Amino acid sequence: MSTLPTTPQSADSPATGTARVKRGMAEQLKGGVIMDVVDAEQAKIAEDAGAVAVMALERVPADIRKDGGVARMSDPNMIEEIIEAVSIPVMAKSRIGHFVEAQVLQSLGVDYIDESEVLTPADEVNHSDKFAFTTPFVCGATNLGEALRRIAEGAAMIRSKGEAGTGNVVEAVRHLRQIKNEIARLRGYDNNELYAAAKELRAPYELVREVAELGKLPVVLFSAGGVATPADAALMRQLGAEGVFVGSGIFKSGDPAKRAAAIVKATTFYDDPKIIADASRNLGEAMVGINCDTLPEAERYANRGW
Amino acid sequence: MSDTPVIGVLALQGDVREHLIALASADALARPVRRPEELAEVDGLVIPGGESTTMSKLAALFGLLEPLRERVRDGMPVYGTCAGMILLADKILDPRSGQETVGGIDMIVRRNAFGRQNESFEAAVEVAGVEGGPVEGVFIRAPWVESVGAQARVVAEHGGHIVAVRQGNALATSFHPELTGDHRVHALFVDMVRAVG
Repeated sequence: MSTLPTTPQSADSPATGTARVKRGMAEQLKGGVIMDVVDAEQAKIAEDAGAVAVMALERVPADIRKDGGVARMSDPNMIEEIIEAVSIPVMAKSRIGHFVEAQVLQSLGVDYIDESEVLTPADEVNHSDKFAFTTPFVCGATNLGEALRRIAEGAAMIRSKGEAGTGNVVEAVRHLRQIKNEIARLRGYDNNELYAAAKELRAPYELVREVAELGKLPVVLFSAGGVATPADAALMRQLGAEGVFVGSGIFKSGDPAKRAAAIVKATTFYDDPKIIADASRNLGEAMVGINCDTLPEAERYANRGW
Repeated sequence: MSDTPVIGVLALQGDVREHLIALASADALARPVRRPEELAEVDGLVIPGGESTTMSKLAALFGLLEPLRERVRDGMPVYGTCAGMILLADKILDPRSGQETVGGIDMIVRRNAFGRQNESFEAAVEVAGVEGGPVEGVFIRAPWVESVGAQARVVAEHGGHIVAVRQGNALATSFHPELTGDHRVHALFVDMVRAVG
């Protein structure tokens, strides 16, 4: 994590909602698995399997795809039941640009808000102003410019978009490689070139320079979208993701508790093929999955947001 | 031991990287520890921030819990932040079912005592043994210590709650010095490791 400006403080006036507190929360999740859950029972299974956090939502992405229609923020009752059921952090999704859904989620006391392309966007031009919230935000990105635009709006954590609800990791791999390659390229630039790079990335120069200096994003980077197996999770980590979100992959599989625990193991020991092999044994059926190249353009969630 | 002690960071999950950087700035040779044989090679250990339930599960699953207890019992210096503090507590007030700790400090901790993420905060904290004014305390869904036993010494408080404790070669803080550029608490711990060598 980069060194952030010091917040003025005294022993008497603790400061909440600072960049350090928001980004620092994501640092605590690193090396872990964040699991989509639709009720308290699934949340407990996820916690028992070793999830570092759960994402509370009414329908996993695979079902959102199947059902069609407008996908919105989940019922507050359902989110509160999940908050009650577990002691690990609880995240929830708002639509892109739907800052009122985000206000509601903050009032419910969720620990992180995912401004997510999995839900139907509410604004086709603007994302929410994330600095206006005490609750930190995670946002999806397909490339470095998109990641930095979200950070410029206040996102405290970035994840790849992947293609959620497909059980196909190909898009998450593409996004993560894209982000890593663009960071590596910036590393090789001299100061003169960074201005043009910022213009090309359509991102603030200060953030571009910070990335060039750090050699990484100034916030935590996770992978999301299409992870269905322990090996998928380990692949994303070896490609540079600091942790993984698993959506439909767990609770759309034959034995969710076992698969969840296996993905947790493979995420921690992502560079140890023996442990990944053991974790992959007898997991029952994985989710069926969809081939992304047969997915019509309009059904590609990764194209949502900009 | 040479002047540069080898200090491990338990790397099952959490903000491992930040601790490795802070330890290196405090002149230690820092390395991640995920396996019993890696634990055997270090002079001291940091248990980072993260999710205490996840960490204790993985530690039990991969045969680290007993070796950790053994080394802490034998006097290996150990420092825990946030989740690491919970793992070093002899007792958790509100454990998840089956949640085990390494132990080593005679204290009772309350998990997420300062509240959820919206209540996470930064505040200046005076730490006994750390010279040069208060440290920047970053508290994230932080625990506090309800009470300590006779052997344990309270080294910091915030808002009337115990937020840092030392017992022998074990140190624990509710907050995260590794998230700040101020590495004085890590330097204190590196000194503790040197003193044992």
